[in-house]
Amino acid sequence: MVKNTYDVIIIGGGPAGLTAGIYTSRDRLKTLLLEKAICGGLVATADSIENYPGFPDGIKGKDLLLKFKKQAEEFGTEVKELEGVKSIKQENGKIKVQTNKEEYNTHSLIVASGSIPKSLGIPGEKELLGRGVSYCVICDGPFFKDKDVVVVGCGNSGLQEGEALLKFVKSVTFVEFLPYMKAAKILQERLQKNKKATFLLNHKITSINGKNIVDSITVKNRETNEEKKLQVAGVFMYVGFLPNSKFLEGVVKLDNTGYIKTNERMETSVPGIYAIGDIRSKEVRQIDVACGEATVAAVSIQYYLEEMKTKTK
Amino acid sequence: MAKGKSIEVNDTNFEVEVINSEIPVLVDFWAPWCGACRTAGPIIEKLAGEYDGKVKVCKLSVDDGGQTATKYSVMSIPTIILFENGKVVDQVVGVMPSFESDIKGKIDSIIK
Repeated sequence: MVKNTYDVIIIGGGPAGLTAGIYTSRDRLKTLLLEKAICGGLVATADSIENYPGFPDGIKGKDLLLKFKKQAEEFGTEVKELEGVKSIKQENGKIKVQTNKEEYNTHSLIVASGSIPKSLGIPGEKELLGRGVSYCVICDGPFFKDKDVVVVGCGNSGLQEGEALLKFVKSVTFVEFLPYMKAAKILQERLQKNKKATFLLNHKITSINGKNIVDSITVKNRETNEEKKLQVAGVFMYVGFLPNSKFLEGVVKLDNTGYIKTNERMETSVPGIYAIGDIRSKEVRQIDVACGEATVAAVSIQYYLEEMKTKTK
Repeated sequence: MAKGKSIEVNDTNFEVEVINSEIPVLVDFWAPWCGACRTAGPIIEKLAGEYDGKVKVCKLSVDDGGQTATKYSVMSIPTIILFENGKVVDQVVGVMPSFESDIKGKIDSIIK
């Protein structure tokens, strides 16, 4: 039983979770980090990070997060990958975390489970997943060398990953639902100069077509309602994100979109449970913001655990 | 073939090793540049040990086996495809916590 008891359990191995691990381990708190897939989070799927301070030439998301992980592990964070959390229960001041493999006890919990790419639910999207439909350029991009592809969504992720694709595909058509692009101006400027890029603003993708693999998509002009087919081999979806908070329903207070509510100290509605990073209800979702929140949570936990000790003495 | 270990296949030996195999074959389509594939690797190796003699476990790097990957419409890795009598019987795409149990379930339903 003692073996499976921790001071801090962190759920999620993205920037927020790994930074929290660096801090709590340095405080000599027994820390376990649980990651449902592999560490890195959404950042690991980013081709290049240009806005994280300290890397003026940009850095691959995967490389940046490997550094985060190494740093957390070197200070003592125990990292378990491919271990997803099923449920969380609170009993007599202790928190029980049940995963697909084991049950753990912890004095405090940091939820850094992030968000997952949203799907549109259009015909063909699910059926052709991994057969031309992708949510990750860095994972699947190389299969589309010299082919025509589409990127759906012109936010920062869409344009950044589209730019990565443009290095080796034949063409990229960017489809955006809104009449304008939300991405940072610097990205828009760079891509509009690229001859292999085409933009379809104010267009809705209505279906992804193909028998065994993707061969085309259907888009609809939202102004004229005119529909047309585009011949493409790949469809990369960057249409936003959803909170990964299903396992927390009924445990902590969520906002009406499913993100976790906290105060400035990153405390959720339940004492001992903290939330940081993209899963937290807030406006700005960025790596450096996630790291900042992780720092705040780690310090709050230090005080919380000290207080608990004094109380039980 | 080393006992209980995976074997490397490519476009050249795919037919001999996979299509003509007398026992079911698991093929792990992977690449050195794929992070998720590195996580899947040890699990695939473990399965090669567990199913030794019952299922042949092969690894195909899409960098060396591009034609084969295209033939089987592999456009996302890791993709694990199960073959029996030269035909595709099932597949798993991507790495999830249930990765190992998903594959085992699929193998068990074939070798029963």
